[in-house]
Amino acid sequence: MQTSVEDPRVLEFDVRTDEMLVNMGPQHPSTHGVLRLVLRTDGEVVSEVTPHIGYLHRCAEKIGENLAVRQWIPYTDRMDYLAAMNMNLGWSLAVEKLHGYAPPERGRHLRVIIAELGRIASHLVGMGAYGLDLGSFSPFLYAFREREKILDLFEQACGARLTYSYLTPGGATADLPAGWTTRCLKMLDEFEPILPEYHTLLTSNAIFVKRTCKVGVLTADRAISYGVSGPVLRGSGVDFDLRRDGEPCYTQMYAGYDFQVIVERAGSYPATTGAPPPPPEAVLGDSWHRFYVRMLEVVQSISLVRQAIALYEAEEGLDHGQPFKLGAKLPVGETYLETEAPRGQMGFYLVSLGQPNPWRARARSSSFCNLSVIGEIGRGCLIADIPAIVGSLDIVMGEIDR
Amino acid sequence: MAVTLNRALDALTGWLVGSIGDDAACGYALAAILQAGMLLNLVAISGLVFIWLERKIAGRIQDRLGPTRTGGRFGWLQTIADGLKLLCKEDLMPGKADWLLFRLAPYIGLAASLSAFLALPFSGMPHPFVAQRLDVAVFFVLAVLGLEVFSVILAGYSSASKWSLFGAMREAAQVVSYEVPLGLCAVTPVMLAGSMDLVTIGDAQQGGFWNWYLLHSPFAFITFGVYFTCATASVNRAPFDLAEAESELVGGFHTEYSGLRWSLFFLAEYGSMMLVSLLAAILFLGGWHGVLPLGLGSGGWLEALLGTGIGGYLGALLGLVLLLTKGLLLVIFMMWARWSLPRLRIDQVMTTCLKYCTPIAAVCFLGATLWQASLPNGLLLRPYNAELLRAQAAGPVATPPADVLIVDTAGGRP
Repeated sequence: MQTSVEDPRVLEFDVRTDEMLVNMGPQHPSTHGVLRLVLRTDGEVVSEVTPHIGYLHRCAEKIGENLAVRQWIPYTDRMDYLAAMNMNLGWSLAVEKLHGYAPPERGRHLRVIIAELGRIASHLVGMGAYGLDLGSFSPFLYAFREREKILDLFEQACGARLTYSYLTPGGATADLPAGWTTRCLKMLDEFEPILPEYHTLLTSNAIFVKRTCKVGVLTADRAISYGVSGPVLRGSGVDFDLRRDGEPCYTQMYAGYDFQVIVERAGSYPATTGAPPPPPEAVLGDSWHRFYVRMLEVVQSISLVRQAIALYEAEEGLDHGQPFKLGAKLPVGETYLETEAPRGQMGFYLVSLGQPNPWRARARSSSFCNLSVIGEIGRGCLIADIPAIVGSLDIVMGEIDR
Repeated sequence: MAVTLNRALDALTGWLVGSIGDDAACGYALAAILQAGMLLNLVAISGLVFIWLERKIAGRIQDRLGPTRTGGRFGWLQTIADGLKLLCKEDLMPGKADWLLFRLAPYIGLAASLSAFLALPFSGMPHPFVAQRLDVAVFFVLAVLGLEVFSVILAGYSSASKWSLFGAMREAAQVVSYEVPLGLCAVTPVMLAGSMDLVTIGDAQQGGFWNWYLLHSPFAFITFGVYFTCATASVNRAPFDLAEAESELVGGFHTEYSGLRWSLFFLAEYGSMMLVSLLAAILFLGGWHGVLPLGLGSGGWLEALLGTGIGGYLGALLGLVLLLTKGLLLVIFMMWARWSLPRLRIDQVMTTCLKYCTPIAAVCFLGATLWQASLPNGLLLRPYNAELLRAQAAGPVATPPADVLIVDTAGGRP
């Protein structure tokens, strides 16, 4: 059969490209645990991203039905293991809401100290791991160096370094040890001047800006419709933070505190010393903004910890809140409470039939909703952008799979 | 080095000829083997040192200590311990891999990296330590170094892994981007020295740092920056390590490699790093000549003191140390960049190389040409060593044999 160059079959045979399905994970260096993404690629261009989850499922919610509410605290540790304190807090507050209990003032300030330190530690990991996703190794170790100091403080408070089980329904398992607040303030004083270093290495680094700006743009409408929360939502320009906008039994914990919700308002972020302004390339809702929101939230959390320490020390009483009795029966009823964990809205649902253990215990994970947008914003980008987008969502698989 | 060694081996050759038979080739073969051994060891030992150095530098940059146990306080023997571990590892090959190419690929890379050292001089006239002095040394080194790409592409293709294939394709895309500006940058010193012979280029920069081609003109200065950027890309170092981008492609082209074959890729990488750094030192940083004219070279006080024989060799040896020091500093700079910078994306690498580096290199070449034409003595009115250059130009025959140039114009196409 005679063919010529004009023959479309020849042309198609020569230049036609095939799509390739690539399995990214669950054993992959930058899928943050055991996430599996199936990529449909045409060369380097990704046309479809499908996340597959469940590799870390441990039936935590079912186990919760067979344990007293305080016994389930260690299981909440293992949900978002990078912010275990905030998980403890979420469950404790949900149980306390059912009881209609409010911890004493000293316990309230203690919880703010611990929760905000947990937020700093979590955002440090998010920042460092994001550098790692983009091929920059050193910021990861710098972030862990500072996180270690926070973990040291947590260890002094509760004896554990990762799964604390410290905040518990009723208050905390122990009061802060003597001299702890001094050491904490010293750590913060050392930590705060280091933040511009991170900004130099990542936030305003030319290659970092090139890699993250206009990558994975998530508009505000879409962010709301997917139910994303936390820094991912605020990075899209939605002014929403449960610490300010949440239910009264959660927001009263932050009553009397002065902090700003980090979000772009009228084209600019709340003024933060040492932070570079957004580069002209950045678009609201891209990976750079999500990262930037986390960086600025760390500064807010530092200020919150300082305020909380001052209030904690000014408190007259020594009662930090006694943990509920292990066998204490729950009031009949159901409750749901969402708190602002470092990764977004962490909700706990609890139904009680009057037993010490709940009839139903469920968790609503922020990372789950945050991950769900990957199919939307990961379409049409390059393979190298996939780690950049997943990293900017800052997911923890333990929280998604539970 | 060939001349030196051959002269030193004359007695040995004579003895061999006497004992083995009437064939001087034996002596030359022996000399060649010795030289090859010396070059191999140079690359291998520098590879060992660089891997250790990289770990120490990475450690210090990252607020760690790096290796401290194996071999005393500074972990000197860490690389050897790692090498032994790699030797003992199981030799794995994916079931669907192309067995021949999979095994061949690491050796191609290593051979290319090592062969390029053949034409690299380590000291200048009158005792050039060079395995084979070539009139087209710059061309040879860049061409042979370019062969290393085949190893990456073959390794990625033959691994039967999608990630490896991605790594290979990225390398192929990257190589067409950086080779063009790299060649353009290397042409500037060639033009300034009027020779492609690396010995001549190096010796043309003698007499202090103000004579280095780096400071010849602003254009040459920029050319050096562009050259070094492209050289970093050519040896697959961060921020251009896309072919093995571990956060994206798991391991890229070497995902499926393990044990000794995997380590051969790294030996080749470190060898190439050293090669491009030494080449940069010769082309732009005065090569084996010191920062200040201390008279260590030919006609200096060393020769006056110890005679042209021993004094000359000592001077050449000092030149070798100087060159290696300059190369080492450039290598350390590459390591510093690797542990500080994020990785570029493939389209950004191609944009950087093709849209920025290539035009800049071309304009700088033009600028340096005009500068040389209008200010032949350079900006700092350097003492132009015309006699020396003339003597060297007369040394090796610069014109190729005539028969090479004959082009078959009569024959038609098949």
